[in-house]
Amino acid sequence: MSDVTRMTATEVAALVAGGEASAVEVTRAHLDRIAEVDDRVHAFLHVDTEGALAAARDVDARRAAGEPLGPLAGVPVAVKDVLTTRGVPTTAGSKILENWRPPYDSTIVTRLRAAGTVPIGKTNMDEFAMGSSTEYSAYGPTNNPWDLGRIPGGSGGGSAAALAAYEAPLAIGSDTGGSIRQPGAVTGTVGAKPTYGGTSRYGLIAFSSSLDTPGPCARTVEDAALLHAVIGGHDPRDSTSIPAPVPDVVAAARLGATGDLTGVRLGIVTQFSGEGAEPGVLAAFRESVDTLTKLGAEVVEVSCPHFEYALPAYYLIAPSECSSNLARFDGVRFGLRVGDDGVKSLEEVMSLTRDQGFGPEVKRRIILGTYALSSGYYDAYYGQAQKVRTLITRDFTAAFEQVDVLISPTTPFVAFPFGSRTGDPYQMYLADLYTIPTNLYGGPAISVPCGLSEGLPVGLQIMAPTMADDRMYRVAAALESAVGTFTPPAL
Amino acid sequence: MSAIVLPSYDDVVERYEPVVGLETHVELGTNTKMFCGCPTDFGGEPNTRTCPVCLGLPGSLPVANKAAIEATIRIGLALNCSIADWCRFARKNYFYPDMPKNFQISQYDEPLCVDGYLDVEVQGKTVRIGIERVHMEEDTGKSLHVGGATGRIHGATESLVDYNRAGIPLVEIVTKPIPGTGALAPETARAYVTELRDVLRSLGVSDVRMEEGSLRCDVNTSLNLPGDEWGTRTETKNVNSLRSVERAVRSEMLRQAALLDAGTKIIQETRHFQEDTGGTRPGRSKETATDYRYFPEPDLVPIAPDRAWVAELKAALPELPRVHRQRLQEQWGLSDLDMQSVLNAGAVELIEQTVAAGTTPASARKWWLGELSRRANEAGVDLAAIGATPAQVAELQRLVDEGKLNDKLARTVLEGVAAGEGSPTEIMAARGLGVVSDTGALTAAVDEAIAANPDIAAKIREGKLAAAGALVGAVMKTTRGQADAKTVRDLILTRLS
Repeated sequence: MSDVTRMTATEVAALVAGGEASAVEVTRAHLDRIAEVDDRVHAFLHVDTEGALAAARDVDARRAAGEPLGPLAGVPVAVKDVLTTRGVPTTAGSKILENWRPPYDSTIVTRLRAAGTVPIGKTNMDEFAMGSSTEYSAYGPTNNPWDLGRIPGGSGGGSAAALAAYEAPLAIGSDTGGSIRQPGAVTGTVGAKPTYGGTSRYGLIAFSSSLDTPGPCARTVEDAALLHAVIGGHDPRDSTSIPAPVPDVVAAARLGATGDLTGVRLGIVTQFSGEGAEPGVLAAFRESVDTLTKLGAEVVEVSCPHFEYALPAYYLIAPSECSSNLARFDGVRFGLRVGDDGVKSLEEVMSLTRDQGFGPEVKRRIILGTYALSSGYYDAYYGQAQKVRTLITRDFTAAFEQVDVLISPTTPFVAFPFGSRTGDPYQMYLADLYTIPTNLYGGPAISVPCGLSEGLPVGLQIMAPTMADDRMYRVAAALESAVGTFTPPAL
Repeated sequence: MSAIVLPSYDDVVERYEPVVGLETHVELGTNTKMFCGCPTDFGGEPNTRTCPVCLGLPGSLPVANKAAIEATIRIGLALNCSIADWCRFARKNYFYPDMPKNFQISQYDEPLCVDGYLDVEVQGKTVRIGIERVHMEEDTGKSLHVGGATGRIHGATESLVDYNRAGIPLVEIVTKPIPGTGALAPETARAYVTELRDVLRSLGVSDVRMEEGSLRCDVNTSLNLPGDEWGTRTETKNVNSLRSVERAVRSEMLRQAALLDAGTKIIQETRHFQEDTGGTRPGRSKETATDYRYFPEPDLVPIAPDRAWVAELKAALPELPRVHRQRLQEQWGLSDLDMQSVLNAGAVELIEQTVAAGTTPASARKWWLGELSRRANEAGVDLAAIGATPAQVAELQRLVDEGKLNDKLARTVLEGVAAGEGSPTEIMAARGLGVVSDTGALTAAVDEAIAANPDIAAKIREGKLAAAGALVGAVMKTTRGQADAKTVRDLILTRLS
């Protein structure tokens, strides 16, 4: 058997289904790889060795009993630490949840288990998913396998790095303003943000409820589509979950892989003309546009005039919601408690707990959001931001009357060195410039590797109308079939 | 604050005009909580009726309870409100030790029901109370303070929280300000809460028990000089009996009048009602009021009640208490005064059910307002708790109608019914209380009476038939009241003719 950790999820699943390798062997190979490289990568906050082996044994037993196995049975999957996993530490990258073991599984994890995938551990992330570099994790940053001195993207840097370091063939992320796609782009992997409501948020520790979207991360488009199909679909526990079947993303990916995009109309957003973007990123993007045209796609320019207000609107809406969502972290019922000496008051304990439990970016956003929602400022800030959100949605609707999907670079720049943007929050926020409009709109978007710039991966983003997730998989798979996948240097 | 001398109530209402407003919280009687599937039963071992959702654990999400939405719409319809085509939940952000998420899911500027009214009777006059809104929210948990002498937080060594109540569906019903009630402001407030309680009970949406907190009131009161704008209001929180509603309004009127007389401004604040004194003490003032930072709840989709569904719910509303009472009064042929005494005795349903079991309204009313009310008063219990059911009362009356019991015997049987000895027929049999109308058995008693009262017998023979009553009485005495009076009288007259 060749090295199973280098295989795609599709290949691993075939191996297990065909009996050429047991799920336990596959799992052990990945646990070994984690043991070998993760002290340098630091993709994982917790490796659930026991749980993973138990899940793998269960798959092997079911196979032995002749039970039908799902298309991803026996495949290890790394789960962003923002999703609750019963009995397994879940911290959302924060000190305030250090050692917290939830009494329940998130719906995503429930579906992963039901599909026979093997949850192998919890991946590092910016605290409460706030950040674009994983430098805001309370447990130290994750290093980009392409260059250990650079960021792996954020907030889902751990999930993306686990894929790029061959520690897992599949991973789960969550995308509030680009936290699946942006790490995907800077690590040369595939990351998809499904339609908002297309994947359940039940058990996803909330950052910004109206934007948060869990989604698949993989090394190939087909793998991402298979994972998407496993975790997607209506969940009665999430009121915002869409009561409709997931579009057939797997079939769309396979169709795209034939390399034919005849009749597909791609839109390039005028407002994403590249101001502030690195020349290497723009060059890779233009080359990809040529490639897509050669595959038969028609490319037109469309105007989305309100996209330029997306970033400020996002940085009012997301902090506003987070200021409310994070109110429950008070040191009373779960997680960290500081100063409980029997003398201090409840308010003092709560204050000390939050001061020590929350990191700087989380505090910044809570304060920002509290201010934006306060009476007297609500209309000027939150209210205005919601109006901008409506206008951005209209931009998308109008654009999708002209084209099937919109394309752009995923990020304005390739992976940057650690510390280069933490001093200036605005510079950090720019990392999500191209990804944020989609979150405000609610539609799906995917990042797929499209080339290299100065030896580092560049991602292409494909945005589709809500509930048309299949379209973006088709285009992504077509591009992948033309440009191939990108392998980082050996660790 | 130095003690203030209160003016007299008459003096206050002569010089000031009160405006009251009421916010009533009602716990809905749904099987499950507002946003999760946990049971809503009262009590239970602390924290056994909880789940990640009602505990507000990280990652958990609310899902609105359709039964609660339906109940709220029915309440809105019963209160003549418009039902919103589209509305949303909002988050009310504030810290409260027993509130799991540190925000409450409520409705803010987009309530489900708006702009209705409720007609209530105040001393024989109908007053229309405007309803501002009816909206849904979730209840909080309960704190228990342990180690102190009083059970309050002061002096406690530790505080425990029970989240069983957290997430119970609540409906808040807010009136518009009620001006123009003058001296009857306290009675009007009470009449409103009473009528509201009856409406909610008739809808079957809540057990409306004020003593268990399933219905609780915040009472707003203000005073102004005639012709002036409305005064600054205070809000007296969590008033939990009908009597206290009335007392709270009255005491706030007196307190505010004293302050205004002294030239002191009323500050807008929440106050707490004190059952022992009937007064209020200050709570939070507006200066330190929380900024709730309301915004639309992003975890829940908006509610857009289907119009056909709302129409169905409207068509299926039960007859509301006021209409129901008017119909019964008409059917029973009662004067306003008589109906009032039925209402005061809390006997409407009991009489109605007794009539339904086959008794005339007059007979039913006679038993419930007479013998049974007397017993209830003596025992100091509600009429409904006296131990006799409408079916038993109807059976008793039937026995009287059939001549098997006379009035006196019937009262004795009723005593047995109230004591739980069984049905009237069973008690009659067990105690041997039936009327004896068998002539054979009575003839001896009649003859005995005639022999013992020759003077009376002579008068009857002379044609003075009215004298027969004395002999009937004598026979009744010897038969312990069980003889049928008419049979006895006939026998006497036959014997002496």
